[in-house]
Amino acid sequence: MDINAKIRERLNTKIKDWQEHSSRRIYFKIDKQDIRTTASILFKELGFRLSTATAMDNPDGFEILYHFSDDKAGKIFSMRTFIKGRENAEIDSLVPVFKAAEWIEREIWELFGINFKGHPDLRHLLLADDWPKDEFPMRKDYKKPHERQP
Amino acid sequence: MSHKVIIPIGPYHPLQEEPEFFRLYVEGEKVVDIDIVIGYNHRGIEELAEDKHYDQVTFLVERICGICSSSHPFAFVLAVEDLLKTQVPERAHYIRMIVDELQRLHSHLLWLGLAGHFIGYNTVWMWAWRYREPVLDLFEQISGNRNNYAMMKVGGVRRDIKPEDLPTIKKQIDKLIPVLDMFKGAITDDPVIKARLKGVGVLTREQVLDFGALGPTARASGVDIDVRRDEPYAMYSSIKWSVITQKDGDVFAKTMVRILEMYESINIIRQCLVKMKKGPIDANVTDLIPGEGIGRVEAPRGECFHYIKSDGTNRPVRHKIRAPSFMNVATNKVSCVGGTISDAAITLGAVDPCYCCTERTAVIAKTTNTKIMNGWDLIKLCQEKTHKLLHKLEK
Amino acid sequence: MSIKIKALSKSPWVFHVSAASCNNCDIEILDCFTPRFDVERFGVQLIGSVRHADALVVTGVINKKTIPLVKKVYEQASKPCLVIAVGTCSCSQHMFRFGYNVIEPLDKILPVSVYIPGCPPKPEAIILGIVKALGTLKKK
Repeated sequence: MDINAKIRERLNTKIKDWQEHSSRRIYFKIDKQDIRTTASILFKELGFRLSTATAMDNPDGFEILYHFSDDKAGKIFSMRTFIKGRENAEIDSLVPVFKAAEWIEREIWELFGINFKGHPDLRHLLLADDWPKDEFPMRKDYKKPHERQP
Repeated sequence: MSHKVIIPIGPYHPLQEEPEFFRLYVEGEKVVDIDIVIGYNHRGIEELAEDKHYDQVTFLVERICGICSSSHPFAFVLAVEDLLKTQVPERAHYIRMIVDELQRLHSHLLWLGLAGHFIGYNTVWMWAWRYREPVLDLFEQISGNRNNYAMMKVGGVRRDIKPEDLPTIKKQIDKLIPVLDMFKGAITDDPVIKARLKGVGVLTREQVLDFGALGPTARASGVDIDVRRDEPYAMYSSIKWSVITQKDGDVFAKTMVRILEMYESINIIRQCLVKMKKGPIDANVTDLIPGEGIGRVEAPRGECFHYIKSDGTNRPVRHKIRAPSFMNVATNKVSCVGGTISDAAITLGAVDPCYCCTERTAVIAKTTNTKIMNGWDLIKLCQEKTHKLLHKLEK
Repeated sequence: MSIKIKALSKSPWVFHVSAASCNNCDIEILDCFTPRFDVERFGVQLIGSVRHADALVVTGVINKKTIPLVKKVYEQASKPCLVIAVGTCSCSQHMFRFGYNVIEPLDKILPVSVYIPGCPPKPEAIILGIVKALGTLKKK
């Protein structure tokens, strides 16, 4: 059975939007509360590997793309999920499913200010420890040092 | 008796240069826990890329890492080409592959040298780096620079390999075969190297999958992944080569994977030189469309991942970069714990953490802070162990 | 010429400080010590402790996390100590100038004696730079 059909059958109603950019690049949308179960199915049952996660700052909230790699078929399945609202953005952590998510989520947390519920060790990874608490450099409204008025 | 010691490795030490700081928690000789601090090298490249247009980004991503300076631009141009569904001319594919495989050769030779240095074989270091020079000369001949090649371009390559350069490339890579034979023989035959590397820093298959480790680190543990075969970009599908795997997952297996991979690289370059036909090298991409694209490349250290989101203007809206070391370095958490402190340097180094990474390390034993060492001392410890073994053998 | 400076100009021991670099300059510096270039012939040695250093070789841009470390390393070095900026990043911040994590150029933090631009500079250029740094001492 084709892997695409397998995923569609297994995830069934969880998939909100299925989009095949090319035969090797597939994007689908998942509700925020479903990500942990979906990731668990993809990792444990289908043997996918979390390649990385991309966070994006949209005008009405945040978007996270979890890129899963199917190494047998050589495809990338990108699981898209949206977080509404910019204040107190929060999403379930995937660390209980696989450890690969640990650093990826720490990076997103400090650069975008998205909180990951259930992450065991959420502290600064790339930025200095004394980085201002309410400044997230990858957000679009962040002012870089040279852009600020003195 | 538990005895608590601080061994801050770093902040600066002579061999490795890049962005990490390890706190090793030690009880006696044994490493019980490790805390990895990175970010000393964080320059905010993802954010800078959003301020630059696509042609400039290739130069920017080239400077993410000096060792894989063709992999990152390669992955980036693949991402943009995936977005646009560009057909790249065949000759450009082969040129890209030659540059990428030459880079793998130089990167693995570099790693071999540094690994030799860690276990006290400075001769290996000097020899490996000596034989790396001809590869860098080839780069200089092809691209004009020893390290940052600036060969990749959306839609093709920036410059052609001249026909008169081809015999030199062939001659130089042929010369590398006896060198690799020598290194392979030296490593497989030497009882001291075996004693130092076998069973050290073992990473099991399950741990690799859990941490999402990549490249030689994963292949040494029997996880058979290689983007070049799984998702054949460029012309890898038209070439005969094999993916190297080992079962043991220790430092010895990682070394063997890298050495055997160099043979494969030479094999690939040879076939590319034969198959490369005259033709255009650039698809002349002019327009961009809104959308998203993903490009991935097997860098010397594993899969290198680039994601591009475009809104149709000449600058990316979002550019996500994930270097392979980001996943691999985290595995030190399991591979280092349980080993002795004198094995720590080589274990930390074995994932080839883009190399300069391991430098800033602190070793903290669990109770009182009685002893302070630096990174140099950690390497010395590692080297002394080898020398002790050598003396035993001589007796 | 004071005895201190005279001693400094012979057989300089260099300590390598990498701020936030991409490794290229770092590798080219190490390359100077390997068989093709072998600067140890001239008594230049890469050392493990900054307290023995005659010259600091700094590569890469300075970011928020490395700035205290770079300052600390310079404080610990015995004076007089030369500072050599290797690579365009440490000379002028290169293309990382407007990054959020990159703050000041190196010469606003440490007194730089010699700039060696290039991305990365070739080993020959690095060797020439160190020779020129020693030349500045002789004028003092």
